[in-house]
Parts: sequence; structure tokens; C-alpha cells
Amino acid sequence: MSRKILMCGNEACGEGAILAGCKFYAGYPITPQNELIAYMAKRMSEIDGVFVQAESELAAINMVFGAAAAGQRAMTSSSSPGVSLKQEGISYIAGAELPCVIVNMQRGGPGLGNIAPAQGDYFQSVKGGGHGDYKVIVFAPSSAQELLDYTFLAFDVADKYRNPVLILGDGMLGQMMEPVTIIKENYKPHITEKPWALTGCKGRKPNIVRSFFLAEGALEEHNKKLQEKYRTIADSEVRAQIFNPKDSEIVLVAYGSVARTAKAAMERARAKGIKAGLIRPVSLWPFPSKIIKDASSRVKKFLVIEMSSGQMVEDVMLAVNGKSEVDFYGRMGGGIPGEEEVLARIEALV
Amino acid sequence: MKKKNTKRTRQVSDKKAETKPRETLVLSRTKSFRDVDMHYCAGCGHSIVHRLVCEVIDEFNIRERVIGIAPVGCAVIAYDYWDFDVSEAAHGRTPAVATAIKRVRPDNIVFTYQGDGDLAAIGTAEIVHAANRGENITVIFVNNGVYGMTGGQMAPTTLAGQKTSTSMAGRSLRNDGYPLKILEMLAVLPGAKYLERVSVHSAQEIFRAKRAISKAFKTQIENKGFSMVEVLSMCPTYWGMAPVQAAERIKNEVALFYPIGVVKSY
Repeated sequence: MSRKILMCGNEACGEGAILAGCKFYAGYPITPQNELIAYMAKRMSEIDGVFVQAESELAAINMVFGAAAAGQRAMTSSSSPGVSLKQEGISYIAGAELPCVIVNMQRGGPGLGNIAPAQGDYFQSVKGGGHGDYKVIVFAPSSAQELLDYTFLAFDVADKYRNPVLILGDGMLGQMMEPVTIIKENYKPHITEKPWALTGCKGRKPNIVRSFFLAEGALEEHNKKLQEKYRTIADSEVRAQIFNPKDSEIVLVAYGSVARTAKAAMERARAKGIKAGLIRPVSLWPFPSKIIKDASSRVKKFLVIEMSSGQMVEDVMLAVNGKSEVDFYGRMGGGIPGEEEVLARIEALV
Repeated sequence: MKKKNTKRTRQVSDKKAETKPRETLVLSRTKSFRDVDMHYCAGCGHSIVHRLVCEVIDEFNIRERVIGIAPVGCAVIAYDYWDFDVSEAAHGRTPAVATAIKRVRPDNIVFTYQGDGDLAAIGTAEIVHAANRGENITVIFVNNGVYGMTGGQMAPTTLAGQKTSTSMAGRSLRNDGYPLKILEMLAVLPGAKYLERVSVHSAQEIFRAKRAISKAFKTQIENKGFSMVEVLSMCPTYWGMAPVQAAERIKNEVALFYPIGVVKSY
């Protein structure tokens, strides 16, 4: 059965979770993700799932820890200041190897900042965020449809690797209304057994969920195991969209909502005879470094566009490794790069 | 301290078959309690409270249904001693983790085991709101008045004038505020159903403590709602006392401020 519905990105994200079999949600109100917590409150009551409005972001993420430990598909969502508070729990979840999905509809920072869209949490999302050596898988959708699709996918990926997956959106994506197509048959979650989960030790040895390893050498061994897992993920879960890969002399790099602006600017540049292309990382970790590295052998210039002071650009520079020029254009604090601005930057570079 | 197998038997005389004495088992090792060495200091109350929890679990025959949440603090590796499913939790977030596990698995029996730093300081919000939501969980709250694992710092429950590594001149009410009576705070919440304070400083009090822990688990088993037992416990190491002195301090000093007894029942 196919349905085409007009929904905001936050609601689409919530429906993606429901389609994936998410049965537990805990959250705390914060703009611009409030439509998501309200949607989950409504939908969880309809599907006999659990919705808890937590007393804090700390409680919400630790409730997700508990639900995941008990074997349930679980999610929480917030926006930038709230996600900072969740970092403690995310580190524990990564350490204890629990699968779950966390949504960050980014807003302007630092501090309380404002409630306008921003991409200032890139470093926090892909470089750790909390304490210790760990990685969170990060997907960056760029439309309401993709918010649904990638949130749906996130639960399977989280379960597959026993690792948290972060959906990194922004206030624009979360609150913008767009048509979303749901073909029910296309959303079949891959539900797997969780023999490690806490269910009561009937007929088996007790299970312990923990990130604490006190014995000499035990934590180093645990970390080695985690890093081995991260290498597997880095080899298997890279996702990116590439536009005009063959003949481009200047390649834009942008993710999330800004990737749509970048694509429009690229098309206008093409119409003016400029050989422009676009690489849009969809997974921010693992980052499509190899795709960018391969492109750097034939591309003269990269132009990275972000709603930040320049965070992802560092990963682009690492991938390019000096083989091409890397330029950056960004706006901060809720400023959104417009098509005209990006086009002007492209024209200035060629 | 190696736990000996405490299986004992008693011969019961049987006049009808005197040649073949019948053996009746009156005491055996607690099944939920692993037969391993413990890391606790001499005279520490944790090992007693651990055992009481396990005895109650065995008596209700719920070992295969129970899920415990271990704290951050001296009891952080409680799962090395308990022989059933256990989760860790970040410091103070224990009731949030328990909330989710119980909501996801309402047929399991879920309890947290927390110290006074965990529950009464960094986790104050979590315990108040879990109680206020009326979560059908059981909380075992071990109050020894200090942060034991980190070296005996002042806790919210430290008594006025008590010397710790962060209150060398004794806790000053002016500077550090008043010792926190968590049970009395929670008692005003309609969601909190059963609240009792006990102690483990004597055999008699240990017996009463077990009865209270049993009542708390029964509260959950009967779906009555939130239950919590505060256990006054000794920390001879950071009280700077011999174990016997530490036990006497509870009777003569601690229990005067934190009165033993039922705070709220249904």
C-alpha cells in the first residue's frame, strides 16, 4: 500500500522509527525537534509501545540505555544543547555496545544559541562527543523523505553492529513540510535475535550489560574489539551521493539541507558552462574519504559548504591530503547559505 | 574473605525408623549469590545488603525473572557477586535505566542498588522522578554517609560535624547544607508506595532489614508501585573506626538523625 503524505521532517523521522519497529522512545522538549517528541507520544500509544517524557536529557538517554539493554528497539531525540547533555549516555551506550538511534535536529550555538538551523555539531557527532575512544554511526538526511528512510535504516544498522546510530538533521529539515511517500511493503525491518539482552536468566547463564572493565588489560582488549568493529563499519557503511563525477573541475562538498542548496548552485553553474560537481556525504561517519580522495586526483578545486565555521572541511582536507585546493564557504549562528552566495563563490574560484 | 559453603544439616530423630536418621536441610548457600571472594573492606555493610537482596530473591523464587541495576560506587561490580541478569548504569542514572527496563519488560522484577552519592547527589532528579511517576521498581539505597569508592569524601547524607576528606573540620551546615533525608522527601509523592529505613549494624537490625527488602520486592511483585528501602550501613574505612565501633556509631549517632522504621506504606 502506497501513501503520499505531507509531513514535517520531524514527523517523517518519527514514522521511520515506527516502521522500523521502534517500541521505546524517551525524550525531553526542545526546539526545533518538538514535533518529533509529540509524534512519538501519539504513535507509541497507538502501537502499544512505550513513551516516556523524561525529566531531563540525561534521564532520556539513560532510559534508552535501559530499553536497549532489555533488547528493545529504542530512540531518543533532541537538538544541539540537549544532545550535549546526552553525550554521557552515548559514551556508555557505545562502551556497552548497545544498539539505539539518537536524533539531533541541530540549532545555532554555542551555548543556548538560537533555534535556527545550523551544522555546528559536526565535530561532536563524528569525532566522539563524549569521553573515550568510540564512534557513533552518523547519517545526514537532506529531506523529509530521507529522514524517514534513514531513520528506518538506522535501526537495522544499529542492531547489526550493536552500536548507536545518530541521525543528524537541522531545524530546517525538522520543521519543513514536504510530501513523503510510504510504500509499506518496502519497509521490512530486519529483526535479529539478541541473546546478550537482559530478559531474566531463565534457561541460560546471567547476562551482564556493562562498559566497565577493571581487570588488568581487560579494557584495552575491549577497546581493541571496538576498534575492530569500527574498521568493519568504515569498510561497509559509507554512503554518499556523487553528481557529475566524470568531468568536474570544481566539486562542491555539502551534507544535509545545505547539500540541496549546493546542488541547485551546481546546476546553475553548469548552465553557465562551469564544470561543477557535488559530493554529498550521507554517512558522516564513516566519512566518504576514499570517494573524495579518488576525486582529488582529477579535480582542481573543492568547495565545502557548511552551516558552520568549517568543521567537515577538515575531513575533506584530510582526504584530499594536499592534492587539490580546498576552499570553504560557511555561515554560522542560524545563517543559511543561499544559492546566489554559493554560485558567486563558485564563479570566484574558476 | 572466601565464602565457605555453608550447607549444614541437622539430624532429626525419627522414632519409627531409628536406624536410618533423616536429614533435613535447614540452611544452604544462597543460590542468587555467587560463591566468590568479595572486594569489600572489613566491616563494610555492602556484603550484608548484597546477601539480603539475594536471600529475598531466592525466597520469592524470582532469580530467573530479576534484572538488577548496579550503581557507580563501591558496589559497581555487584554483578560479580549476583548470579542473575544485571545492567550497569552511569552515576545516578540508575532509576532511569530501571524505568526503561521495567517498562519494556513488565513481567521481570527490576531493582536498583544505589549508594548515597549515586542516589542522593548526582542522581537526585532521577530518583525523585522515578518515584513520582510511580515506576513499579524496587530501590535498595545504601546510606553510609560518605563517598567510599573515591576515598571518603562528604556525601549529601554526611552528618553535621562529620569529618571527611572534603570536610576536614567537620561538615559545616552553613557551608555544606544539611544532611539529606531522601525517604522523607519522597514520602510526599503519591507515586511512592512503600518506603522504609533499616540498618545492618546488628543481627536484629539485619533481620528487620531483610523483612523490609522482602516487603519492597513484594510491593513490586503485586504491582503496587514504587518501593524503596534505605539501609544505614557502616563504612569503617572512611569513618576511621574499627568495625565494631562503626556499628555502634549507627546505633548511637546515625540512626538518631535517620530514624529506623517505616516511612510510608500502603
